[in-house]
Amino acid sequence: MRELKYREAIDEATRQAMAKDDRIFVLGVGVDDAKGIFGTTRGPALEFGGKRVLETPLSEATLTGVAIGAALRGLHPLLVHARNDFLMLTMDQLVNNAAKWRYMSGGTMRVPFTIRAIIGRGWGQAAQHSQSLQAMFAHVPGLQVVMPATPADAKGLLMTALTTETPVVCLEHRWLYERSGPVGEEPYYTPLGHAAVVHEGRDVTVAGLSLMVGEALEAAKALAAEGISLEVVDLRTARPLDSETVCASVVKTGRLVIADTGWRSFGVSAELAARVGEQCFGELRAPIGRVALPDVPTPASSALEKIYYPGPAEIAAAVRATLSGRGRGPAPETAPNAAARGKEFSGPF
Amino acid sequence: MTTSIPPERLKAFYVQMARIRRAEEAIVALYPEQEIRCPTHLAIGQEAVAVGVCQALRDGDTVLSGHRCHAHYLAKGGSTRGMFAELYGKATGCCGGKGGSMHLASPETGMLGASAIVAGTVPMAVGAALAATLRASDDVSVAFFGDAAVEQGVMHESLAFAALRSLPVVFVCENNLYATLTPISQRQVSADIWPRAAAHGLAAVGVDGNDVVAVYEAGAAAVARARRGEGPTFIEAKTYRWREHVGPNFDTDVGSRTQAELDGWMARDPVASLARTLEARGILTATERASIDAVLEAEVADAVSFAKASPFPEPAMLRTDVD
Ligand SMILES: Cc1ncc(C[n+]2csc(CCOP(=O)(O)OP(=O)(O)O)c2C)c(N)n1
Ligand SMILES: [Mg+2]
Repeated sequence: MRELKYREAIDEATRQAMAKDDRIFVLGVGVDDAKGIFGTTRGPALEFGGKRVLETPLSEATLTGVAIGAALRGLHPLLVHARNDFLMLTMDQLVNNAAKWRYMSGGTMRVPFTIRAIIGRGWGQAAQHSQSLQAMFAHVPGLQVVMPATPADAKGLLMTALTTETPVVCLEHRWLYERSGPVGEEPYYTPLGHAAVVHEGRDVTVAGLSLMVGEALEAAKALAAEGISLEVVDLRTARPLDSETVCASVVKTGRLVIADTGWRSFGVSAELAARVGEQCFGELRAPIGRVALPDVPTPASSALEKIYYPGPAEIAAAVRATLSGRGRGPAPETAPNAAARGKEFSGPF
Repeated sequence: MTTSIPPERLKAFYVQMARIRRAEEAIVALYPEQEIRCPTHLAIGQEAVAVGVCQALRDGDTVLSGHRCHAHYLAKGGSTRGMFAELYGKATGCCGGKGGSMHLASPETGMLGASAIVAGTVPMAVGAALAATLRASDDVSVAFFGDAAVEQGVMHESLAFAALRSLPVVFVCENNLYATLTPISQRQVSADIWPRAAAHGLAAVGVDGNDVVAVYEAGAAAVARARRGEGPTFIEAKTYRWREHVGPNFDTDVGSRTQAELDGWMARDPVASLARTLEARGILTATERASIDAVLEAEVADAVSFAKASPFPEPAMLRTDVD
């Protein structure tokens, strides 16, 4: 199959969705500038022009309300943010209006509204430009949260979001943007709430989101050399959260490690662990392991950044711990990590 | 130029502006070494605004800033060593290496910090002013921000609240006509911001942001009003960023602005034009200026060596200062 980069898949999905449905229009800070959100909105801007791709002021909160109003009047806005951190400015409109309008109106109205936002990481972007805030949105009934890990899903999940009649938040990890993978040329729609087993194995299940899926696959390679066989599940969407697929895998392996791009506490890993505990506790042969960010803001210093982010080494360690008798118990105080992982990200931001 | 400003202060303008220029140019030279590992927004071309306003402040007054905060930090007296060590992510940085370029702070000089969320610190500056009022002090608070900050709702709520309460705050808008690649014409109804600020019921003026004396005079008037309890002022200082939005390079090749436009503004270099004026008026001779430049050169070189030689924060520092 033809290969595309993740960002190219987003561009293609947007253009195909816009061609099929003239209700869709794009808006956001920088969507119509020369760089077009790392190339993802440039194509749509050139193809559809300024009436369908609207450059905006830095008014994120208001534009979210504007998008909701437009959605109520028959359009499907796609609001794009260069960082998911900026969504914090829009929480009132998102949580109190977008997520509630359908319910509060007794189902007489709907808000077809797609939001794209990027998760930053690396090169000292620090506490306000590299958060991974999926849990904040996934907490809210009425919002769906998708987190594609591959170019194929970046296209398929965005296409689905753009045909969904309720608000969907698409969180894209910046480090995935330049990665390539097979992407179907025709429009296709990946259903929300269906996790995928992306690597079959028998000893331990690793359920990951977004960037952490690739990290889990790397861990699987390393552990294979030790004779440990990982099954890797790509959750694909944080809400709906497909715990059934995870439980089906746990039935096979009896062991689970969850790898999230967000903080450990009160996040997707906590929710999934709770559901697995509720749904298939009896299948677990060891305590569930979690690999997530330590509960601190992102530091700027490269020395601290290196130990902040867990990767394949930490996933492998968590896997070994679930295999060593009763699991690892409480989380270690700091991620040991810091192994060199190829070329360091250094922008563009 | 009015002559009411004493020569010593005019010289101080030069020293402060030249320090910022030297520090920023050092970053341009060093950035390719990839040891400054953080997104860095340079203020080259905009030095007169930070210096003109901060020269009108005294100890006890405070400033808050945004992503482009180096000039404000230095103009308020932040240590050059502390800034470079912070850029290098070192434990000796002004924020222990945890903040980086976009979050410089030095509470001991009154620089209360910077947010990388556009307009994020504007209401905080109003809060600093409210604190002064509640504590019955006559300290003045300053908010520095760019033209795009005016597009945020929180800006207008801040202006309205400050006006309502007559708070001692000075809002300083560095209107460099762009937000990343987008010109102000695509974002606002007019390139003149101050008249819209005035609609909130506070004093508002527009000044040439490349003329440090003009900025100082507007700043001094605003600070004096605030200190007398007569309320807030909004100062729009038109200026221009020479380099790309973030990083050390020029960006005229991207197509959002022309070389001719940049050349026009570079011809109005705020540092060089102050130097020319001071020399013409016999306040700062070429020789004096050269010796100031040499001192600043040495100061920045020292800060860079200090930063490079400093240790990185210990791993345990990751988890401190949280809760
Ligand atoms: C709320 C918010 N939206 C978007 C951004 C991304 N961003 C960072 S700086 C910037 C441009 C800001 O322009 P301006 O306020 O004029 O300041 P300048 O960079 O020109 O000094 C943008 C869009 C951000 N940091 N915060
Ligand atoms: Mg600007």
